[in-house]
Order: sequence, then structure tokens, then C-alpha cells
Amino acid sequence: MSGYIISIAVFVGIWVSLALSLNILVGYAGQVSLGHAAFFGIGAYTSAVLTVRYEQSFWVGILAAILVTGIVGAFLGLPSLRVRHDFLVLATMGINFVVVAIFKYVDFFGGAMGLVNLPAPALLGLSFRGGPAYLTLVWIYAGLTLLVSWYLSQTWAGLALNTVRIDEEAAEAVGVSVPRFKIYAFVISAALAGGAGSLYAHFIGSVFPDTFAFVESIAILSMVIVGGVGTLRGPIFGAVLLKSAPEFLRFAQDYRFTLYGALLVLMMLFQPMGLLGKESWLWNLARRRFRRAPSSALAPEEVS
Amino acid sequence: MLIINELDVYYNHIHALHQVSLNVGESEAVAVLGANGAGKSTLIKSVMGWVKPQGGSIVLDGEEIHALPPWERVQRGIALAPEGARLFGDLSVEANLRLGGYLQSEEILRAQRETVFELFPVLAERRNQLAKTLSGGEQQMLSIARALMSRPRLLLIDEVSMGLMPILVKRVFNVIDRLRRQGVSILLVEQNAYESLKVVDRAYVLENGRIVLEGTPAELREDPRVRAAYLGG
Repeated sequence: MSGYIISIAVFVGIWVSLALSLNILVGYAGQVSLGHAAFFGIGAYTSAVLTVRYEQSFWVGILAAILVTGIVGAFLGLPSLRVRHDFLVLATMGINFVVVAIFKYVDFFGGAMGLVNLPAPALLGLSFRGGPAYLTLVWIYAGLTLLVSWYLSQTWAGLALNTVRIDEEAAEAVGVSVPRFKIYAFVISAALAGGAGSLYAHFIGSVFPDTFAFVESIAILSMVIVGGVGTLRGPIFGAVLLKSAPEFLRFAQDYRFTLYGALLVLMMLFQPMGLLGKESWLWNLARRRFRRAPSSALAPEEVS
Repeated sequence: MLIINELDVYYNHIHALHQVSLNVGESEAVAVLGANGAGKSTLIKSVMGWVKPQGGSIVLDGEEIHALPPWERVQRGIALAPEGARLFGDLSVEANLRLGGYLQSEEILRAQRETVFELFPVLAERRNQLAKTLSGGEQQMLSIARALMSRPRLLLIDEVSMGLMPILVKRVFNVIDRLRRQGVSILLVEQNAYESLKVVDRAYVLENGRIVLEGTPAELREDPRVRAAYLGG
């Protein structure tokens, strides 16, 4: 594999993790956030500060990134206890701008020049700089986020998150502590994005504030929506598609965010559940094509 | 069991409940009757904790629950079958039932599941269907069944008859009657006075946010105001 292909595969793996982590918040708990890049950035900067300023290893950096971002996520999730729906979207957007401004204007974080010379991970004297080793590491992490997402969907906590998404009052009426589960969702979602941020920072070797700007939040949300919100396959597919397509279609690179925006509008109009979402046109087609069996085994029977 | 004392609720400047006092005894079924806008839903929301009363008290088993959030009230034995069923439509009947017993142990879940399937055999047949694919009557039944899953000591039922065909209304009230005989304390909030008075021990009439009458079904049926306003003369 050429270095170019490997780096695309690394980026795809990182964005798969980001999309899956946002999906826990949006798809499971129904808390739509346009500030996910802030968590991505907090993870990246935590890791960068620890390794560059305090000369810690990458491993300390990524663990701290997961931990710190999770804790910050609990606090940044507090607005969700007071506001819902479109107001929450605005609040998370605002948080994204504030976080980027802090990176930009606080000298400790390197200001607009960012932090550079981040070390590559090393294990037993072997460096992961570039190459297949880093790629493996990134995809192990993506696998981990998938595992967490899947596990959560199988537990009581996952079911409780669903009730928060569907009907908050009904959730409270069965005894679900809605505020607690909203904060859980923010913590898990943020922590996983934080780890992805660390992986990104050490791959590039530097961090700059604008990487984590609001447009990136739109990009990550687009991946979740285009793929299919609330499912596991959807965010993975969305991230692979939207992260790799512009690399192969060079002309699309400059219009990347225009493309994301246009896709979002089209999806909302024609396939709001996503290309591979529940009951989407493509997913139903794929199931018919490959299963050759009626979907009634899985789908609920109709009631007359 | 439940004692509501001189409850005052305002929405901005609208006085929704005026000094409302009522009580539900152990194993007693009580109805609150009233027209649209009388304050019935506000009353339920106050008991659940979604509306903060400006005055008065709500006491459950001798404990003031005024300051508790809804889920802690559920923990103390209150369950609600809300107006409009409010099911988790994208989840199966089974998942809805499990969620109803969200705070309970596996044993209670198993036992209650059997109880509600015995009470509503149709839910057992449809347990793998999504809740939103049930008919209106089945949804109301699932809503009550979901509330029963927590083995509540006080069951609140909000406008269960609304939007149901008369035959289904009768069936749902039959179930309420059975629950009462089994000793569940019930607070029923209803527009349908005729059916309600058949299944409760006592009833209150709520008008413009005030309790204007209280009595046994026999007494209320004889009251000219109730006859005129709620029983069709």
C-alpha cells in the first residue's frame, strides 16, 4: 500500500470513530449536536499538551484525552437538560465556537500557530510513525467504538437512551432519570471522540484550532445522517463514503463542505433515515437482493 | 395512600387549580371527572412532578413528594398510563413492557409480565410487534400494561377512553374494574363519567380548576348537575 492510500485509510478510520461516537448522542439519545468537532479538538489538544509540554508518551496522551474529553462532555452536556431540539443544536454550535476560540487565543494551547512536533506512538522501542502500524492502531480504535456502540444497544442503558429520544415525558413516567441518561450519552460520545482526536493529532504530528471548527461538526453530522442515524452500519458507511470520496474525486476536494451541505438537504428531503438507515430504499433493496427471503422474519407483521 | 391538600397551580397568570384537595385510600379507586380544560391533566402532571404547584401539598404514604422528580415518584410506587398512551412506538411491545418495569428486579418483571399477559392476552400475541403498529385500543391496553409492570401501589390513568370506540371503552373499563378488585389503588381522570362511575368507589367533579362535588357513584348519579353536565340528562 502506498503512503497516500494508507493515510486516507487512517483518516477514514478516525472519522468512522467520530461518526459512531456522535451516533450515540444523536441516534441513541436523540440529542442533536452540531458541536462534535469540539470534543474531537479537546481530545487532540489534551494529547498534544501532555506529550509536547509535559513530555508524556502517546499512550498517556490518548488515555488522558479519552478521560478529559469525557469529563468535559459531562459539563458541555448540561445545556441539554434545559433546552431541547433546535435550541440544543444552537447551544452545541456555540460551544464549538467557544472551544475553538480558547485554542486560538490562549497561549498555553499554542494560539493560532497550534502545537507541533507531537511524538508518534512507540511500543517496546518500535515507532508507529506512519505506515501500516498506525493504520492498525486507528482501526483497532474504530473497532472499539463499534463495540461500545453495539454493547450499549444491547443493555438497559441503551433501551433507556432510546426512551429519552422517543418521548422524554414517557421515559420519566416509567422511571428513567432523563437528565442522568442525557449526561451519560454526552460523556460516552465525547470520550470516544476525544480518543479519535488524539489519534488524529499524533498522526498529523501537530494540532491547529481551525481543524476543529464548526464546519467539521457539520461534516461529522452529515456522515451520521447520510449513512443512517441510529444504526451501526449507517455512520460507518457514511464516514467511509464522505471521507474517501473527496480524496478520489479530486475536483470535489475544494467543494467538500458544499457537497456535505447539499447531501444533508437531499437526505432530509428524500431519505431522512439515511442511505442505509431503517427502512431506507437502498437497505431494503440490499436485503431483498442478498437474503432472497421476505423481510417479515425481522420486520413486525402488519396489523389489519 | 395519596393525599392532595389545597393544591394551587398557576400557568403564568392563569389559575389552573384552585385549592384542590382530594385523597385516594388504600385499594380504593377514585375518579376525577371534568370537561376539557377543567384542570384534570394539570392535576395528573402535579402528581407526577411535571408541574410545580405554587401552594398546597402532595403526600404519598405519609411522605411529602412535592420536591421529588418524576422518576423518584415512580420509584415510590406511582405509575401512569398517560393521555394518548405515549408508547415507545419504535420499540416492540415486549420492550415497552420491560421499560415499564425499568426500576424493578427481574423477578418482579417476570411476575408482572405474566399478570399483564393474562389481563391482556392480545399483547402476548403481539409482543414482537412494534408498539406503533397496534390499534388504538391495543395501544391503550399496552399503556396500562406498561404502567402495571412496575407493580405500582398507585396507578394514575389519564383519559383512557379518549378516541376509543365505545366497545373498546367498555373493555378498558372492565380491566380497570378487575384491577380495582385486585386491590390496586387507582386515580382515574376521565371525561367519560358514565363508565367511570361504574368502576370507582368515589368520585370528584372538577370544574374550572375547583373541586365542586364529591361523593360515591350512587350519590353523584342522583345529583342534578352531574346528570345535566356529564350523564346526558
